[in-house]
Amino acid sequence: MVKKVGIEVSVAIGEAVRLANADVVAAYPITPQTHIVEHLAELVADGDLDAAYIPVESEHSAMSACLGSAAAGARTFTATAGQGLELMHEVLYVASSMRLPVVMAVANRALSSPLSVWGDHSDVMAVRDTGWIQIFTENGQEVVDNVLCAFKIAEDRKVLLPVMIHLDGFHLSHVIEPIVFPEQEAVDKFLPINNFPFALHPAKPVTMGDFAPPIIYPEAKWAQEVNLRASKEVILRTWQEFGQAFGRHYSPVESYKTEGARVLLLTMGSFSETAMTVIDKLQGEGRKVGLVRLRLWRPFPFEELRQAVKGAETLIVVDRALSFGGPGGPVCSEVRSALYGQDKKPKVVSFVAGLGGRDITPAGFETIINRGIAIAQKGSANEFEIFGVRGADAEL
Amino acid sequence: MQNYNVYVPRLVPKKDTFVPGHRACIGCGEALAVRLACKALGSNVVIANATGCMEIVSSPLPTTSWKVPWIHTLFENTAAVASGIESGLKMLMKKGRIAREDIKVVAMAGDGGTSDIGLQALSGAMERGHNFLYICFDNEAYMNTGIQRSSATPFGAATTTSPAGKQSIGQMSWKKNMPAIAAAHNIPYVATACPSYPFDMMEKVKKGIDTPGPAYVHILSVCPTGWRCPTDLTVRMGRLAVETGIFPLYEVENGKYKLNFDFPELRPVTDYLKLQGRFRHLSDDLLAKIQKRVTADYAALKEKASDD
Repeated sequence: MVKKVGIEVSVAIGEAVRLANADVVAAYPITPQTHIVEHLAELVADGDLDAAYIPVESEHSAMSACLGSAAAGARTFTATAGQGLELMHEVLYVASSMRLPVVMAVANRALSSPLSVWGDHSDVMAVRDTGWIQIFTENGQEVVDNVLCAFKIAEDRKVLLPVMIHLDGFHLSHVIEPIVFPEQEAVDKFLPINNFPFALHPAKPVTMGDFAPPIIYPEAKWAQEVNLRASKEVILRTWQEFGQAFGRHYSPVESYKTEGARVLLLTMGSFSETAMTVIDKLQGEGRKVGLVRLRLWRPFPFEELRQAVKGAETLIVVDRALSFGGPGGPVCSEVRSALYGQDKKPKVVSFVAGLGGRDITPAGFETIINRGIAIAQKGSANEFEIFGVRGADAEL
Repeated sequence: MQNYNVYVPRLVPKKDTFVPGHRACIGCGEALAVRLACKALGSNVVIANATGCMEIVSSPLPTTSWKVPWIHTLFENTAAVASGIESGLKMLMKKGRIAREDIKVVAMAGDGGTSDIGLQALSGAMERGHNFLYICFDNEAYMNTGIQRSSATPFGAATTTSPAGKQSIGQMSWKKNMPAIAAAHNIPYVATACPSYPFDMMEKVKKGIDTPGPAYVHILSVCPTGWRCPTDLTVRMGRLAVETGIFPLYEVENGKYKLNFDFPELRPVTDYLKLQGRFRHLSDDLLAKIQKRVTADYAALKEKASDD
């Protein structure tokens, strides 16, 4: 029987990996991801997950071991955060370029220095262009469901790409939530056994990871780009199949009370839940404000985004990362560029907030919305606004 | 022994899995070592290769010199990749998704990929006890990028980043003792080898893969390009490295040292050093300093090997 349990989201991820019957987990501990790998180690130690757990000596080796394991044809999982994701950086490109279907949960964390173990999206944004499929999640249920979907998407023969599931460090990774776990039988039906077509095996020798002179390198990269874009079809199909099987539905862009809204707020990750309560409140006061949430980060859902913001006058994007010396929030730049060529488009205002785990309260979101509207009307000399920072924020 | 030349080739397995067509330099000792190692490994093997000379010469897309499953990913992570392959294959066999058989996992890297940038990943993989063989093909510098010094470059050798000059004697530090570092991990098998002693080398590679748990074989690979020596002296140079005591051939089995070739009297190191352009700037004083160190190191090794 399907039941709802109160469980820490990190532990729930371990349970999802168990349901997916992963073959190999290679991981290195880092806050705030530790509870995920601790629980996986426990599941393996108790024989509840029949997998090899490789306790590597660094994140660089974690992802490297994942390359080897996925290339051997094993279902492979890892998790990391912040500095760990940065240490993996060069290996991430190899995973996607060599078409190795690794699944990784990232408990999003700020980057040093100064050292911060708390959450923001600096780590995600630094690996934006590594060629991975990337999904932002909002709550524990979404994380669990998308870990299951991630294996199916990654291992699809038409895709064969690694997938990152992003969840906000602490704000999501460490909270206890009511989560529904699907039955093992239903998961097995939804998620077939991994059948990697180029597995390293003496019976069928393959050479993987050649070096490419200029005569062939651009073709290899273009093939990768075409493939990542085409993966969207499989992502949509997988979410659809998941919805049919388990009754929970996912889409690349989520709209919340956007009908008739003239002002839209755009967020990613768990802060969207806070934003929703603010939308409820403002709509109760008769204001035409709605929320758009970006779930699929790569491949970027251009069409869905354009549809979601069509008709709005103002779009306020709240980033949780800085692009130093650049246009402000990385998500906002992408949103702007996605809308730039459109005849009719909202004015886009960029806010950066919630760095290094600093909370954005409902009142904070309300301020952001009000200031965003004012900036859209009067304009601003700034490329972007920083919110909630002493010395930079006139209203504090 | 008159028929030696006729007889010996018959002892070497005919089948090659590292095949011609690759683009190694003329006289490459490493290509010779890889070829012989592959003969010893046989076909039931998966190889993870670090970035370096052998990777570059053997795999320009869309061609390959490898007739066994082979993967290259990065420079410093080869031991970690091998540990992933080993764990993956083990689990797939345990779950019955592939047939249960003795597939050997081998990691190959150069001296830079082993004793410098890849040391951490190698240490981790050895400590975790993965069942794999790691072969270091040591040509004593970053040859692929143009002869830059590594921690395996010998004292006094001139490289492009340890050049000899008015203020410099070339490499200022002594060669890092990588086999001793491997042995310090208490792994069951460590050996040094050189393709100038082909049967000894192949036997050690074989022993390495047949040993359950981690094994480490360190192979001196003469590089005429980087060492500035005649290309027809590759095999001779390897022999001189051994006969002078500069690169002794030994094994460490379960912690026990065994010297495979001992000489009643070592040749003077100058027999080896004088043939190489990388040492030609060395003064008599420095040559004497090297001789003193080699004699002492050899004696210490012999002492270890004689302990019971």
